[in-house]
Amino acid sequence: MSESIVTPPVNGGTAKVSKISEAVIRFAGNSQDGIQAIGGFLARLAGRSEQEVMTFMTIPATISGGPSIFQVRIGSGEVLSAGDEADVLVAFYPHSYEEHIGALRKGGIVLYDSDHVQPNPEWEKQYRHVAVPITSRTVEAIGGTAKDKGKNIFTLGLVAKMFDLNVPKLERLISERFGGKDESVVRSAMSAFHAGYGYSLGEVLETFQFREPARKDRQQVVMTGNEALAYGLIAAGIRFGAAYPITPWSEVMEILRRELPKYGGTFVQCEDEIASACMAIGAGWAGRVAVTGSSGPGISLKGEAIGWAVMAEVPLVVCDIQRGGPATGLPTNVEQSDLNIACYGGHGDSPRVVIAPVGVEDCFYTAIEAVNIARKYSVPVIILSDQSIATRIEAMEEPKLEKLCQDLTPDLSAVADYTPYPLDGTVTPRLAAGTPILSGKYPISTGLEHDEGGHPSGAPKMHLQMTARRRRKLQTLAAQLPQPQVYGPPEGNILLLGWGSTQGPIREAVDRARAAGDSVSALNLRHLNPLPPGLENIFAGFNHVLVVEANDEGIYGYGQLAGILRARFCLPKIIGLNKTDGLTWRVGEILERVKSDVAAGLRRL
Amino acid sequence: MNDTAIQVPQRGNITSVPPATPPDAPRQPLTKKELSADHPTWCPGCGDFAVLALYFKLVEKRKLWHEKIATVAGIGCSSRFPYFVQAHGAHFIHGRALPFASGISLSRPDLHVFVFGGDGDAYSIGGNHLTHTARKNIKMTYVVMDNWVYGLTKKQTSPTSPLGFKSKTDGSGAIDQPINPMKQLIAAGASFVARATHTNPNHLLQMMEAAMDHDGFSVIECLSECVEFYEGAFDASNPRKGGKFETVPASHDVTDEVAAYKLADAPFPGYFGVFYKSGRPTKNALEAKINADARLKVAGKKDWEILQATFDRLK
Ligand SMILES: Cc1ncc(C[n+]2csc(CCOP(=O)(O)OP(=O)(O)O)c2C)c(N)n1
Ligand code: SF4
Ligand SMILES: [Mg+2]
Repeated sequence: MSESIVTPPVNGGTAKVSKISEAVIRFAGNSQDGIQAIGGFLARLAGRSEQEVMTFMTIPATISGGPSIFQVRIGSGEVLSAGDEADVLVAFYPHSYEEHIGALRKGGIVLYDSDHVQPNPEWEKQYRHVAVPITSRTVEAIGGTAKDKGKNIFTLGLVAKMFDLNVPKLERLISERFGGKDESVVRSAMSAFHAGYGYSLGEVLETFQFREPARKDRQQVVMTGNEALAYGLIAAGIRFGAAYPITPWSEVMEILRRELPKYGGTFVQCEDEIASACMAIGAGWAGRVAVTGSSGPGISLKGEAIGWAVMAEVPLVVCDIQRGGPATGLPTNVEQSDLNIACYGGHGDSPRVVIAPVGVEDCFYTAIEAVNIARKYSVPVIILSDQSIATRIEAMEEPKLEKLCQDLTPDLSAVADYTPYPLDGTVTPRLAAGTPILSGKYPISTGLEHDEGGHPSGAPKMHLQMTARRRRKLQTLAAQLPQPQVYGPPEGNILLLGWGSTQGPIREAVDRARAAGDSVSALNLRHLNPLPPGLENIFAGFNHVLVVEANDEGIYGYGQLAGILRARFCLPKIIGLNKTDGLTWRVGEILERVKSDVAAGLRRL
Repeated sequence: MNDTAIQVPQRGNITSVPPATPPDAPRQPLTKKELSADHPTWCPGCGDFAVLALYFKLVEKRKLWHEKIATVAGIGCSSRFPYFVQAHGAHFIHGRALPFASGISLSRPDLHVFVFGGDGDAYSIGGNHLTHTARKNIKMTYVVMDNWVYGLTKKQTSPTSPLGFKSKTDGSGAIDQPINPMKQLIAAGASFVARATHTNPNHLLQMMEAAMDHDGFSVIECLSECVEFYEGAFDASNPRKGGKFETVPASHDVTDEVAAYKLADAPFPGYFGVFYKSGRPTKNALEAKINADARLKVAGKKDWEILQATFDRLK
């Protein structure tokens, strides 16, 4: 609650109302408590109130439940990350209390379920403790049958009171959410909500009010990164996809399976990731770019087929929702360790495009961009998302769908002749199967090295020319990519360089460092293969380029992107800043690491 | 954010021309000459030639057009098939022709999808795809050119090599129990399962026609001799070599799965013809039904309006 007027608790007097511009609230409990739902309600409410919102959650990898948290940061200004420290911690159990009190800022508020949690006297001196018998009050409100159910909605009521949230809007959200069900379900949800809202916090605690956010000219929509990705693919005109389930990718395929039929499209659940890559390539070959996706282990399986798509020049979009690896690794944690397999994970020279969205909203637009690059250049495009973007909820400006939605129905009208692989360097889109070719000469798509018409040729010169042809397509694309923009001054001491989901915390780190008088700027890359133009000039403006990645520092001391950049630019000033704890980079963590690296003279190894 | 995506024209630099003949005008069947593409690279005497010749016959007889067929294969000698056919074709990767072809079949109902490949491609590396394509009953015709050996890689044991077959990977004779393709196909749920051999062209053509007419996943297990690495493998099925070509008994009920399984139990040379056939719905039809139902609910809406309705619920 930056900018909040924090005063000590008022004993016995009337509660105080403080204006705040943002708040970070962490809910800690077990996954079956419906913690995610509270977060969802708050995020959606923020979206409807034109506030910025970002969430962060952990889900246990086991189905039977287990500890789970949901953190939501709501703000009237720009929200870049889910927040390092919580202003408020809601703790349902002793384990939630003990494990997450450290995430609360000193002086922050811990709202605990006094039916389960015994406060620690030591911590009572550092944090403001508010006891609420959440469990018994919920049972009182909605009846004792539903064990543990409804605690989340009761808590939502508490939070609504504490932050003076818009009750009619929340009520509408609750009835929308439970509306499809039995009448009595909505009724008990409302009872739980009002019991929480009506619970007397006033005597112990001040309440907070968000400052009016700046008015936005467009409505906001609220969704997770996986939803934004799936809907982006639909907007882009994708009407066929195939995949095999794996966390955290499954949600994307579930949405596409459910939604595509409305658009006349089909999504197939295959026997494995190999089949799904092949099926998507088959559909792409037949005329329309198709999508497949997975997480690390499945991406490994798709490798051979992706190589074929490179060789035969068939468009394809592959989504990789990264998680911790290798092997089964950390299935529900975040890592940025699939960059190498995305860029180079093919046998032979197999240039493909790799783009990493930087946030939830960007997932939507990256999907459209990926589809269009794939079909323009007849090449596989890999979208490198990750667990943190995939599962977090953000509010985004509503996209102009009428303008953005594309119709990719293949044109099957006759052509005089067709050369699929011209050696003059022309970028030729695929001609859909079903197209009459009046010359009577039909192209063949093959994984063997081939001549211009697709017929096998092992001639040394042909392989040389064709390898160059496939590479040049990416060089042509690279020249057309936009130059990335530096966040902060274009010259200075340190450039923090990141890719994908680290954009938010890195930018926030820059803001904080600059406020403290340090010369730090940031650059976040979306296009990773090929790299965008103009990086040399940007790097020239800084003394040090620190590449912040959620992957290992590797044998030689720098992470996967840092390795690529060092190979590309031969600059010893490119240094890695890595970690592999399975969690997103926190702002404070980045700053500490930068400081310790600077103190160490920025010379490691 | 950027509201304008990169505009990519539908076909880039490719220009359309009027069709050669109006769409409904009568067309002459394609000739062998019009259908032939690259000169086949198979060894002289290879059984695969017969399958190719009969595919041409089928296209000619059934008046299929270049642009309306998709010829797909995996990797192997037999899988080189698409190069020799003048039509949209794909020479895919080893063992994965079926999922590739499924992508075509499920997204392009206007095309006839034919898949060709070898026994290694079908029953070894592609075994799981075979099972699931059969189970899903995806509409296409698949001809497995079974030579009981790995031809392209020069004589290794294949999943159909009989016990005792001496190959480069089984110098003292194969020891692993071979697959019985017919049983495998029936058990997997293929909705049309037939057996043929390259030495009986009339019968093979009949089977191809019946397979093409079948609405579902139709498979022909076709013996196709590798004269280079397994000469004489199928002599016992060839009357000209003193063998016996026995068709499926007229009394056999092709819808009886257990009876089909029993037929498949007969020792080599066994029976030739349709073993099993089922009219269960294809995945193509079932998906189309899901789509029709879903479309009904959004009738009259443009795609962007359907998505808009979803976004309205995310506010
Ligand atoms: C992934 C992969 N593994 C191995 C090979 C090598 N390979 C090519 S064809 C083949 C076997 C071919 O046998 P079969 O499918 O029976 O076809 P045939 O040549 O006998 O017609 C093998 C092992 C390959 N191309 N790709
Ligand atoms: S090696 Fe055998 S299967 Fe291959 S072309 Fe020659 S005869 Fe046919
Ligand atoms: Mg073989």
